[in-house]
Amino acid sequence: MTQTSTAEQVQALERYKYGFVTEIESETAPKGLNEDTIRFISAKKEEPEWLLDWRLRAYRAWTEMEEPDWAKIFYPPIDYQDAYYYSAPKQKTLQSLDELDPEILKTYEKLGIPLREQEMLAGVANVAVDAVFDSVSVATTFKKKLEEAGVIFCSFSEAVRNHPELVRKYLGSVVPYSDNYFATLNSAVFSDGSFVFVPKGVRCPMELSTYFRINAAQTGQFERTLIIAEDGAYVSYLEGCTAPMRDENQLHAAVVELVALDDAEIKYSTVQNWYPGDAEGRGGIYNFVTKRGACRGRNSKISWTQVETGSAITWKYPSCILQGDNSVGKFYSIAITNNRQQADTGTKMIHIGKNTRSTIISKGISAGRGQATYRGLVKVLPKATGARNHTQCDSLLIGDKCGAHTVPYIESRNRTAIVEHEATTSKISEDQLFYCVQRGLSKEEAVSMIVNGFCREVLQELPMEFAVEAQKLVGISLEGSVG
Amino acid sequence: MAALLEIRDLHATVDGKPILNGLDLAIETGQVHAVMGPNGSGKSTLAHVLAGREGYDVTQGEVLFQGQDLLALPAEERARAGVFLAFQYPVEIPGVNTATFLRTAVNSVRKHQGLPEYDAMQFLKVVREAAQKIGVPQEMLKRSVNVGFSGGEKKRHEVLQMAMLQPKLAVLDETDSGLDIDALRQVADGINAQRAPDRGMLIITHYQRLLDYVKPDRVHVLSKGRIVRSGGPELALELEERGYADTVSGAAA
Repeated sequence: MTQTSTAEQVQALERYKYGFVTEIESETAPKGLNEDTIRFISAKKEEPEWLLDWRLRAYRAWTEMEEPDWAKIFYPPIDYQDAYYYSAPKQKTLQSLDELDPEILKTYEKLGIPLREQEMLAGVANVAVDAVFDSVSVATTFKKKLEEAGVIFCSFSEAVRNHPELVRKYLGSVVPYSDNYFATLNSAVFSDGSFVFVPKGVRCPMELSTYFRINAAQTGQFERTLIIAEDGAYVSYLEGCTAPMRDENQLHAAVVELVALDDAEIKYSTVQNWYPGDAEGRGGIYNFVTKRGACRGRNSKISWTQVETGSAITWKYPSCILQGDNSVGKFYSIAITNNRQQADTGTKMIHIGKNTRSTIISKGISAGRGQATYRGLVKVLPKATGARNHTQCDSLLIGDKCGAHTVPYIESRNRTAIVEHEATTSKISEDQLFYCVQRGLSKEEAVSMIVNGFCREVLQELPMEFAVEAQKLVGISLEGSVG
Repeated sequence: MAALLEIRDLHATVDGKPILNGLDLAIETGQVHAVMGPNGSGKSTLAHVLAGREGYDVTQGEVLFQGQDLLALPAEERARAGVFLAFQYPVEIPGVNTATFLRTAVNSVRKHQGLPEYDAMQFLKVVREAAQKIGVPQEMLKRSVNVGFSGGEKKRHEVLQMAMLQPKLAVLDETDSGLDIDALRQVADGINAQRAPDRGMLIITHYQRLLDYVKPDRVHVLSKGRIVRSGGPELALELEERGYADTVSGAAA
């Protein structure tokens, strides 16, 4: 190994401070994917027959499907047989957090996610956390407080055990098991995730958040999140994700389904910081995610806010089906690609009901040799009288080896609909950098400040507790992007 | 007494083209010097070389700032050491709140000086006071840096930054350009308020009119990258009367 590459590696280590591995004993399904793998997972989780059937139907559908190739991303073929589909820390069912493997507790502490409630209260406060470690949920905080309010917040497996009627009613109702290649794969092998149910008229008293951590090697993570807000309910939910630095690529294929009934509102925020791979593009997470929300009720609202800084490849299009009259869908996105990262991300807004409104604000930042694509669909169906959409896609380029692409699709089948699309592409200018540096900022501080300014409209949509963290992350992700 | 800034035989090129050709200049602490010259004489190049902008290559000579080799420092360290450049064309930074920008700048300088950094509340108090003195409306602090500012507002913002950063040496590059007479007066008042016994100023200007309000201790005429004449404030008036061509040829003769 030459001296420079060692130096670079050290630098890379500092850049991605979540790249450590936790040494714990895991229970793993045999390598590869077939019906037995699925039966293994289902049996491990002691699932009811209907759920196993659902998984198997998904698996069979998947074997007939082809991996999509329309996105502007390039990667060697994935060998789906050369991966593990289930990995869980060895542990008994926990009665309390004190029984949790101290190594896991430490892991979350290192990540800045305290799982002990008293620590939470001392720190950011007012956030309940569900911690998912590899394939399973290891802890959920503030359960009691939430229960008092009538809110169910638990791991997906627990929901299957304790609230099977709710799970059965809503699972796959927004993203059917046959939806697309990756969602179908997830439906077959998903191992855990979070479940949220906010009953009629309840405003969830605290932010909910799930913290996903991939630890085991050669393991895919396939979690599934289901959030239901009944009439007049409100919930704000945040997910965060990190993974160790490994030379091989790891697959993450999640599914998120949101259901908002009459007058309900769901705010879903993501700070995605999976390991992005090194400067040469070795390693990193392949992030193929299907997220969709159904505004089923009148006047319902769903907003997606995402800060995508990690992963080698990001393929995700959080969408809203605006079915209820006067329902509102929003998509605020920041996608950063540095080094060799590739992101193809955007949204779909499907206007079905009358006077439905949607807003799309996408900020793509490319640096190094990164490639960022915005891909979005605004579709207005014939009955969506008075539908409105405003889309704004801004791209910022840092350096001259990266790329930004905008691919908007607009299909309007109602004459009264108003659909607007604006797009800009700009570069961080030498003038801006010098101006900041002349005021005493380092180049990296300057880039971070300029990019944060560029992203402001999106950052201000994040819950306060996370906005500061996200701002820092934006800066860190771009380190080394200017000479 | 050692000079605050001492420029000796400075040669600099931009894109390989020689712009500064043996410039000598010394400024003592507490003094205000003006460098005047026609377009293309190298005024802005001088400002940018002092501030450390990339693309301006020093090929010969040296610059001492408080006895230290200024050219050895990268731009941000020069700024932190107390070299301030008021820009001729202040740059817009969309989405970055002016107060936040100022606080980040002030804190990086304070950190360098071993002073405690201001938190948001403390800073707001300090910056509001300074803004009021310079005639910068509070509302401007909430807007994005220089975005949608008028010409006068941009220049006043530069002066506010100078007041906040408290530099040892302030280089004002064509701070009078594009200002009407009222804006010019306001900016000049701001500059005068910043004159201090522990600060030197280098005012770079094409016209004499700013010097009606900010009276320099010394005036230098720059031509083809060299100082060709130096004198007291009366030299600026002479330039205004006779024009650069005559003044410069007179010097050459």
